[in-house]
Order: sequence, then structure tokens, then C-alpha cells
Amino acid sequence: MLFRNTLILSALLCSTSLYAASGLKDVELRDLYFGEVLYYAYQDLHFDALARLDTELSQYYELDESGLDPFHKHLTQAEFSVGELEMQYRMNQRAGRAIQAVLGEGIDLAIRNQAALALARVFYKKNDPQSTLYALDLIRDEPDKSRYQEKYSLDILRGKEPETFKTDVAYLKALASIDTGQFAQAVEILQGLKKEKTLKGYVLYNLGIALIQSGNEKEGLLVLDELGKMELSDNGLLALKDKTNLKLAYYYVDNANVKKAKIHFERVRIDGPFSNKALLGAGWVAVAEGRFDRALVPWSILHERAETNHSVQEVLMAVPYAYGKLNAHGNAANLYSHAMDVFAEEVGSLDDSIKTIRKGKFLNALLDEKSSKDKNWVVNLRELPDTPETRYILELMASHDFQQSYKNYKDLAELRHHIDKWLEDLRVYEEMIEIRRAYQEPLLPVVEEKFIKLDARIKLRLEQRENLATKLKNMLIAPRPEYLATSTERQALDVIAAFEEKMATDPAQLSQDVQQRVKRLRGLVTWQVRSEYDQRLTDAYNNLISLDEIIQQLKIRYNSFIRTRQAATQSYEGYTIPIRQLRTRLFAAQRTLKGVMAKQGRLLETMAINELDRRRKRLEEYQIKARFALAESYDRATKAQLDEEIARQTGAALEADKQTDVIEEKAAEVEQAVEENPQDDPAAESDDSADSKSSFKQKLLAR
Amino acid sequence: MLKNLFARFFIPVFLLVNTIPLSLYAAEVTQEQIKGLDEQVQDIKKDVLDLTSELSRLEEKLLFPSNTQVSLFVSAAADEGFVLDSVQIKMNNKVVAHHLYTFKEIEALRAGGVQRIYTGNIKTGDHQLVASFIGRSKSGNEYQRSENFTVTKAVGPKFVEIQISGNSSSDQNISFKDW
Repeated sequence: MLFRNTLILSALLCSTSLYAASGLKDVELRDLYFGEVLYYAYQDLHFDALARLDTELSQYYELDESGLDPFHKHLTQAEFSVGELEMQYRMNQRAGRAIQAVLGEGIDLAIRNQAALALARVFYKKNDPQSTLYALDLIRDEPDKSRYQEKYSLDILRGKEPETFKTDVAYLKALASIDTGQFAQAVEILQGLKKEKTLKGYVLYNLGIALIQSGNEKEGLLVLDELGKMELSDNGLLALKDKTNLKLAYYYVDNANVKKAKIHFERVRIDGPFSNKALLGAGWVAVAEGRFDRALVPWSILHERAETNHSVQEVLMAVPYAYGKLNAHGNAANLYSHAMDVFAEEVGSLDDSIKTIRKGKFLNALLDEKSSKDKNWVVNLRELPDTPETRYILELMASHDFQQSYKNYKDLAELRHHIDKWLEDLRVYEEMIEIRRAYQEPLLPVVEEKFIKLDARIKLRLEQRENLATKLKNMLIAPRPEYLATSTERQALDVIAAFEEKMATDPAQLSQDVQQRVKRLRGLVTWQVRSEYDQRLTDAYNNLISLDEIIQQLKIRYNSFIRTRQAATQSYEGYTIPIRQLRTRLFAAQRTLKGVMAKQGRLLETMAINELDRRRKRLEEYQIKARFALAESYDRATKAQLDEEIARQTGAALEADKQTDVIEEKAAEVEQAVEENPQDDPAAESDDSADSKSSFKQKLLAR
Repeated sequence: MLKNLFARFFIPVFLLVNTIPLSLYAAEVTQEQIKGLDEQVQDIKKDVLDLTSELSRLEEKLLFPSNTQVSLFVSAAADEGFVLDSVQIKMNNKVVAHHLYTFKEIEALRAGGVQRIYTGNIKTGDHQLVASFIGRSKSGNEYQRSENFTVTKAVGPKFVEIQISGNSSSDQNISFKDW
């Protein structure tokens, strides 16, 4: 049972330290907006990254020709990243679905395998080891190991040492196997991972536990012992080493093996996070050996440490106990008295802390901005006004349940901020829309009227241009020089045609000379028109090309105007209903959020109050014990003092007896002398003195 | 004797420091409660994310219509020796953006992220863009650079990437990529 508890903790420890990295891969950037998503993801601003990625994805899916969008190049990665980011934003339910979607056939095997690993992690986080193993089984043989190493982890982008895909899969499989009770399988996997440098300490720890759980206790203890003796420099691993030694020590304590327990207690660093428990245990081991003086060595160190720590509180009782056993009852009584003072003060502090939490100050402090910047904020929290004594709840605050609830609470506060901001923005947008409407609406009808007229003229000119173009095209096939005659020529030809008509109907009206002149003129104009036809046709084409350029400009202006007119309308039209709907949804989300946030806050407060209450009850028990122990110490001290006094008095009485004998001898001499001289009686005084000494002794005994 | 001592002292100590799971400390808080609340929080996150996505699109449509939209992005290739302090952007001789970088932001840029530093509206046609940065090397030497670029705005939205890169901290330059 001891090791089962530690196993879960260690597994989580490993999983958080090793699996904090995202699976976002390093790729050549093809879309700036995807780059922006990465910018936020790399800063661990998961909400911002997810919101942008969701927007990009939804916009992409609404496009008619989505293949032309540069985001298309990142699509698979984006869909995979959604799952990864959701997982980091602790949206496990959605993350699982998103990642599962990438597990379909036809996907690149490397991406598919990464998706399976990510999914396995989601399941592991959800405490579902069976599904973790199922997801890991979906991983197929790697096609090319280097591809994973090249593209695998965000850590690589951050310049950290690359992790291999295979190792991660194997380690997670081992952890899940331990959780499902498949210890033999876990042992087999972990044996193979023993040489992995990045996992070294964790592998040994879990291997030791798996061996113990599989019934191979001796071997398991040897593995843990190996970890307990390792030379390490990394702080995390040093803490794991201390923890292993502490667990081993208590294991041996449990099995009454004082010698080994002592060795493991001594291996725990004196300044490490487990040193208090180790010092306490080391003292008890010395007590078990009957060496109360030796027990005082570690306990005296612990005695000077922060009084809020429960090992220190226990040692406040243990030290006077040891002094008592060493017959230093006076010291013991003083120390019990000191312990009682400390306990009373701490109970008062705990009561105040509970009251503070009930007033809601704790939740306010948790949302303090410093918490995201100050690494040591939990401890420093106590420095804030009206905040509880956080040293009592450090362990609680480091626990997975509290951390999860706390992060959720912070996320909810952040979401509340987003909703408030959006609601405020919507009010501004509505005002902006109204200003735009007030400006545009009176202008648009006038503009529209002018536009309709211009539009009709433009259309007419365009038609004319089309006719001209058609005519010119036809003239290339069938030349029509008259079409290119100038207006003067056309007028002259009309006059000539009128004369010709007269000549045809009544030739007598016109003289021969005029008729000759008409014919000559006809020939002259026709000659001119036909001889210049080619040049005129060329000029006409050139003019048409020039016209086309002007028409192109016209079309650009026309389209620009259409867009501007459309934009002007769109700047205030079509927003009312969406804004109203979005506001309704925001209010609904705000209401729900408020309720859940209150529940989450109460949960955190309850957790903290329960912890403080538990500590207070323990202190109250200590107080009672200390009171009895103090009374007993006083008794013993008094009795010892009394015994000493009696001994002293007895010695004095013996001395007095000796003196009495001398006196008696002298008395006999005196009596003899009295007989000779009966006026003197010194013996009467001596008896009185003896009586008075005797009564003092009786008084002492009576006391 | 030893057994008695263990029973009297070690077992309580042992229980005290090791075997009481934290969940038991908070007797009134059950795992079901924590899990249930966590699921509710996840639901809210999903709702707010969906809403944010819709609102962002509405905001873009309202404030930055595609025919006038211009967005400027900053990227900084990984150079461990160079620390980017600030970037300033001028458009048509007006300062439109100025940003001081945090450590995390610099890391994100180095890792390949791209920062959208400015989104605004401009007319179609040519616009003068001046990008400047201030940075320093690890030894503390300060460097400043400034470069000009002509942004030609057409009908569609315009995206320009301002790239800060170089072979060494003293050799950091600005280049522009028209997307």
C-alpha cells in the first residue's frame, strides 16, 4: 500500500515533467496566421492560440476554393495541433475527439503515430490506463525514426535535448501497465529503458515499484536502493532520490529493520524537501534503539525549523519526551510548556486562516496577478493582507486535485474576463454601427441615384464599343471602306447620291457638265475612301485599343465604386441580429460560468478549510497530550526534586544522629556535671530541635 | 520491546506522513465532485472558444474590411546571441505600432512564431512603411536598425512580414516579405 501510493505520485511527476511539451512541429511557415497561432502556443497562451486556430480553421472550411488558401498547407498539422493545444488547455474531452479524428486512414504514418501517442496521454491524464494502452497499440512501426526526431517536439524548437518517440511510447506503456496491474509487462519494458538518460531516475523508481508489486520484493528493493545511492545533480532527481530513501526507510521501519531504516534516513538531504520527515524518522529510529540522547541530535535540528510543518510540530512533543526518558524532567517540562504555547498560537493562526478563507480572501489571493509571475507565490501568499497561513496547505496546494481545481478556477477567471471584454466591445461596436448608419444612410440614396444614371451611360458606351469591335472584326473579312469614311466624305457622298438620284429620275434637269462633275466627284471621294481604307482600318484598331484602356480604367473605377458602395452598406447593415445573438450567448455563458466558478471556488475553499481543520484538530490533540505530559513531567520533576531533598534531609538527619551521639556523650558528662550542678538543662533545647527537624521531614513526605 | 515501540510511535508517524492520501484530507470533497466540475469547466471553455472565434470574425469584418485591411507581422529568426528589445512601425510617417518584448515573446519568435503587430485600414495604392528595431547582444551592446518599404495595397487584404534576421547579433537586418 505504501508503494502503491507513491507509485501514482511518481507517475504523475514523471508524466508532467516529461510530457509537458506539445507535439507542434517545426515546419516551414506557409501561412502567417498559422505562425501567429504558434507565437501564442509557444508562450503557453493556450486560449489565445486555440481561439486563433479555431477561427482560421472555421474560415478555411467556409472557403469555396480552400485549396488556394495558404493555410491549406498547414491543415493536417493544424487539426492535430488543435488536439494538442486543447490537451494543454485541459480540455481533455475535446482534445481526445480532435486527435482521434487525425487517426484516420490515409494520414501520414508519422503524424498518425504522434496522434496516437497524444491520445494515449489524454487517456492517461484522465486516469484511464486501459484506453491508454489501447491508444498506444494503434502506433505502428515507425517508417523512419529520424522523421520523429526531426519534427517531433516543441522542446526541440526550444533548444532542449530531443526525446525519442519510441522511448516516450515505451515509458507511457510501462506506466499504464503498472496502473492496470500488468506488473510483469511493466518490469520488462522498464528494464529496457534503464539506460535512457532522460528517464533514468524515474525508470528506476517505477521499476522498483513494479518489481515489488509483481511480488519480486527483494529485487525491487535493490533497484530502489540503487536509485537511493545514485550521484545526481538535477534538483528534480535529487528530490526523487530523497523520496525513495524516505519511502525505503519507512518500509524498513514498518518491517522492524532499524539498521536499514537508519541508513536510508541518513541518505536524505538535510536541506531537501523531505528532510523534516527524515529527521523525525531518524530520531524515532534512535529511540527504538534506546538511544534517547542520539534521538535528540536530529530532533534538535528539526525543533528549530518552521513550526507550521507537521513533522516539526510532532518533534515539539518528541524532544521533551526524549528528555523525560533521559530523566531531564525539568527540561522536558519546559519544552512541553513551550510546545503548548506554540500549539495554542498555531491553533489561533489556523482559526484566523479558516475565517479568512470563509470571507473569500483566499480566492481573491489565488487570483492575484503575482501568482502567474512569482514562482514562490504559494509561500508568499501569506504575506498578503488577510490571507490564510499557506504553509499549512502547501502540500494540499501541490496535490494534483488542488492544482487541477486551482487551474480551472484561474481559467474560469480568465474566461470571465474575456466575456466581460467582449460584452463591452459589443456595446462599442453597436455605437460604431449607429454612427456609420447615421452618416451613410442620408448619403447613399443620392449616390445611388447618380450611380443609376452613370451606370446606364456606362452600359450604353460599353455596348457601343462592342458594336464597333464587331464591325471592325467583320471588316477584316469583308472590307467596307464606307464604314471608315470621314463625316465630310459621308456628307459629300450624300450630296453626290442626291445628285445621282436626280440624274437617274430626270437627267434633263442637269446639264452634261454637272453630270460629269458629279461622276468625277463620286470617283474622287470613292478613291479617297478606298485608297485610305487600310490606314483608316489600322487607325480604327489603334483607337479601339486606346478605348479599351480607358474602358479598363472605367471598369476598375466602376468595380471600386461598387465595392465601396457595398462596404458602406455593409459597414452598418447585417450586424444587428448577429450581435444580438452573440450577446445572448455571451450572457448565457456568463451565467453558467458564474455558477461553475462559484462551485469551483467553494470546492477550493472546502479543500483548504478541511486541510486547515484537520491540522487544527491534530494540534488540539497535541495540546491535550502536551498538557498531560507537562503535568507528568512536573510530577516527575517534583518527585525527583523531592527525592533529592529527602536524600539531602536523610543525610542531614544521619549527621544529626551522629551529632546527637556526641551530644549524648557530652550530655552524660553534663548530666554527671548537673548532678553535680542541677541548675543547667541544655538537653531540653536539643530535643526541641530534633522534633522540629522531624516535623519538616514529615511535611516534605506529606507533600 | 521494539515491536511495542513501533506500534506506539512509528505506526502513527508512518500514517501521519505517508499513507493518508490528500483526497482524504478534504473529506467533503469527492473525486466525483472534482471530475464533474472539471467537465463543466471544459464545456464552458468550449463555449467561450466558439464564441471568441465568431466574435473575432465579426470584429474583423466590422473593423477591418478586406478591401482596406492591412496586417503587419514580425518574425525573428533564431539567434541566441541577439535579444530583441522593441520594434516600432511607421506607416505614412505615423507611428502605428510599438512593442516591447518580454522574454517569453522573444523565445516564441525565436522558435518560429510570428507576431501580428498591427492590423489597420489603408486605401488602395502605395504606402510608405518604416520598420525599426532596438536590440542588444548578450555582451550588452545595443543595436538599432531601420528599413523602408513600399506597401502596395490592392483590392484584397494586404499582409507584410517584417523579418529580423542576421548571422550575428551585430549583423541583424530587417527585410520585408510581401505575402
